[in-house]
Amino acid sequence: MAEGIRDKVVILGMGCTRFGERWDAGSDDLLIEALTEALQDAGIEKKDIQAAWLGIHIDEINIGKGATYASGALHTPFIPFTRVDNFCASGTEAFRGATYAVASGACEIALAIGVEKLKDTGYGGLPDSPAFGQEAVMIGPNATAPGMFAQLATAYAAKHKIPMDKLKEAITHVSWKSHQNGAKNPRAHLRRAVTKEQIMGAPMVAYPLGLFDCCGVSDGSAAAVVCTPEVFKKLKPNEPMVKVKALQISVSSGEEAMFTRWDGAGIITTQTASRKAYQEAGIKDPRKEISMMEVHDCFSITELVTMEDLGISPPGKAPEDILNGFFDLDGQIPCQPDGGLKCFGHPIGASGIRMIYEIYNQLLGRWPEDRAVKNPKFGLTHNLGGVPTQNVCSVAIFGID
Amino acid sequence: MVGIGSFGGYVPRYRLNRMIIFGSMGWLNPVIITNARGEKAVANFDEDSITMAVAAGMDCLRGVDRQGIDAVYFATTTAPYRERQNANIVAGALGARDEIRSADFTGSLKSGTSALLSALEFVGCNGGKAVVCAADCRLGKMASTQEMVFGDAGAAVMVSDSEVIAEYKGSFSVSHDFVDHLRGANTKYDRMWEERWIRDVGYQQFIPQAVQGLCAKYGMSPADFDRIIYPCYYGGARKNINKALQVEQEKVQDDMLATVGDSGSAHPLLMLAAALETAKPGEKILLVSYGSGCDALWFEVTENITKMQDGRGVSRWLARRADLDNYQKYLVWRGMAPAETGIRGETDKETRWSLVWREHKAILGLWGSKCRKCGTQQYPPQRICINPDCQALDEMDPVYLADKGGTVFTYTGDMLAASVNPPAIYGNVNFNGGGRTLMDFTDCTVEDLSVGMPVEFSFRIKFYDPKRDITNYFWKAVPAVGEVK
Repeated sequence: MAEGIRDKVVILGMGCTRFGERWDAGSDDLLIEALTEALQDAGIEKKDIQAAWLGIHIDEINIGKGATYASGALHTPFIPFTRVDNFCASGTEAFRGATYAVASGACEIALAIGVEKLKDTGYGGLPDSPAFGQEAVMIGPNATAPGMFAQLATAYAAKHKIPMDKLKEAITHVSWKSHQNGAKNPRAHLRRAVTKEQIMGAPMVAYPLGLFDCCGVSDGSAAAVVCTPEVFKKLKPNEPMVKVKALQISVSSGEEAMFTRWDGAGIITTQTASRKAYQEAGIKDPRKEISMMEVHDCFSITELVTMEDLGISPPGKAPEDILNGFFDLDGQIPCQPDGGLKCFGHPIGASGIRMIYEIYNQLLGRWPEDRAVKNPKFGLTHNLGGVPTQNVCSVAIFGID
Repeated sequence: MVGIGSFGGYVPRYRLNRMIIFGSMGWLNPVIITNARGEKAVANFDEDSITMAVAAGMDCLRGVDRQGIDAVYFATTTAPYRERQNANIVAGALGARDEIRSADFTGSLKSGTSALLSALEFVGCNGGKAVVCAADCRLGKMASTQEMVFGDAGAAVMVSDSEVIAEYKGSFSVSHDFVDHLRGANTKYDRMWEERWIRDVGYQQFIPQAVQGLCAKYGMSPADFDRIIYPCYYGGARKNINKALQVEQEKVQDDMLATVGDSGSAHPLLMLAAALETAKPGEKILLVSYGSGCDALWFEVTENITKMQDGRGVSRWLARRADLDNYQKYLVWRGMAPAETGIRGETDKETRWSLVWREHKAILGLWGSKCRKCGTQQYPPQRICINPDCQALDEMDPVYLADKGGTVFTYTGDMLAASVNPPAIYGNVNFNGGGRTLMDFTDCTVEDLSVGMPVEFSFRIKFYDPKRDITNYFWKAVPAVGEVK
């Protein structure tokens, strides 16, 4: 039995830019902004970083391939710098690279940095790309992300025999809650609280998802410096330590897309990764033990099914929990305290690290009272990349000692 | 005995009332009011002559073993490709073997019957089965007579050396370089000479010439035939032709001008398919085409006809209809007016032919694979079985899925995807017999769909690459006929 990652790596410092339509900033500016804050927080210099991972998925307009754009922009001193791409889990994958390097003993201090500049495409939504290869261009539909995730709603409604207007009410609450939280966050992309009527009445993007059921497409960057507990104690004696408790990835087997067993109303990879993560972190009852979550709410329906896939809500009961305020900022498990992808924004490669940034700062009690989670112990982050039938899921758990 | 073994038809779902055209364009050319009766069938934005030919072929080949087909002929004057055999795309979609004869017949509106004659002669010489698929999607300029008259449709005939439903008895052809209609190699729209001349010198002389030639050849009289089929959209000329041939009006097959319009190369075969839907054993059928001359063919219906009168043909497609209630949509679908689909719509999609060749069975024929170990059907074809409890390597047999049908598993209507017919409707479909895939839906609205609803598969344009003039095809899901509200 493998030992896992629990308690072997700690976060030394983090940085995160304001997300949004950063017309003034190139990817280099965003990278510099995130790294500068992270180094300052960590109390180290750039030369102390021994290895780096760059998370980026779709935007090659600015970055191109590989990691040389980032190493060149940040002028890192000939250290290993590796680009990782695994759809929307790219940021968490970069974090995993850095974490595993430290845990293995290969280095003591490593950097994970994610960036994505999506607003140089000239249109809304994610850039059109042959994300699943050329064969899919020839045989698959001309699909977009909202269209692919919207299908969770038709399958979920059919499976649980819940009328679509009832389901729409629940996912409306999901977006409403995130707007409430995002409005309080100076670094969020969308900072306006909206009414449920506005959400319900918004134009349809992909049935049954309206405009407010879809997250923001943003520019941004986030960075994490991780190290061994020994190095942390040396650099920050007597300071509380945010530890990596679990870090799990699960990737589709093809079964969802081609075999007829999957019910289409949830995500198998989230179910798989979360169970492994709970085991790795030693969590027995996530509904009782998890204090807060940052999940991949690319679309409101994704957040709804994720609550069940993570084992927080029982099957078919997520709408009830959501409408009861279970995941609101003052609920039992606040979900998306920073506004989530919905309002904080979604520069893909940065998103996973942005989520960790929120959990890290919440665990350290650094946020003002109006958006602070009370006495958090365990925080969970979750990314879901690709599409429901073909995806990558990451689940990470952090705790404070 | 050589003759017709099966028949099929196809009329696209959308119908444009001719008064809508007149209402939009009558200001420019008021005389088009004279053709403003009824409606015309309009190909959906993802249909063309190839897709309609395939649809008719699928109708014709219901219950027919595709492995037994020896030739596939495609007739049209609106082939998407000048070099690249269009018939091979049709044959691939129909699930025919690779070891077949194939050919495109084009250049005139009688190409449909020319292809049929070639098929009859092929089977006469070689035996076996030959399929003729004809379709046309001709364009007239805005406010033209052609725009009023032309309609889009497809028809198919399978020629066979056994179990024929109508025996082939003989033919007679005339060929003229008579330029009533014309389209040059680089021209999109049909051009015609004066209509009075076309009517008087064209239809009214050549059709009787062909019929009389056939009768003289076989010692027959036009009155000996029970059904007479010929295309001619001039009502007055039809009367004159009937009079010249001394045939009674009720024996003459309706030209479907009010419901479909003139579907060019396909039209004589479309009318034949409609006739065969109700033909009785022993009936003598005279089929005549028109365009750069005429082909006249004589068939005699056999006892087998009743086996094929099972819903195939034209009627069910005519009944499956939806109004195309707006002329501008027609212009955009047919590429007659440029429409903005956003910067997203400008994404360059290249076609990698070596990849297409490797996957051509899966793309053209919706061929999947079926595991010999566990029986799981899967698409696209896999080497490792998708069944997590099996995972056998290289134990697959090919399976043709295009005629299997399936059910809706998930669906959506996407307003973000670039489309000239938003929302782009797509979802996951479970194949009957197992397997699942994500595909486009067409010929429906989001409101028509529900989880579990039965669907059929329809060969459609997947995307068009304007930079390289490449039309790519793939299968889409269509609510099973009868399911669309």
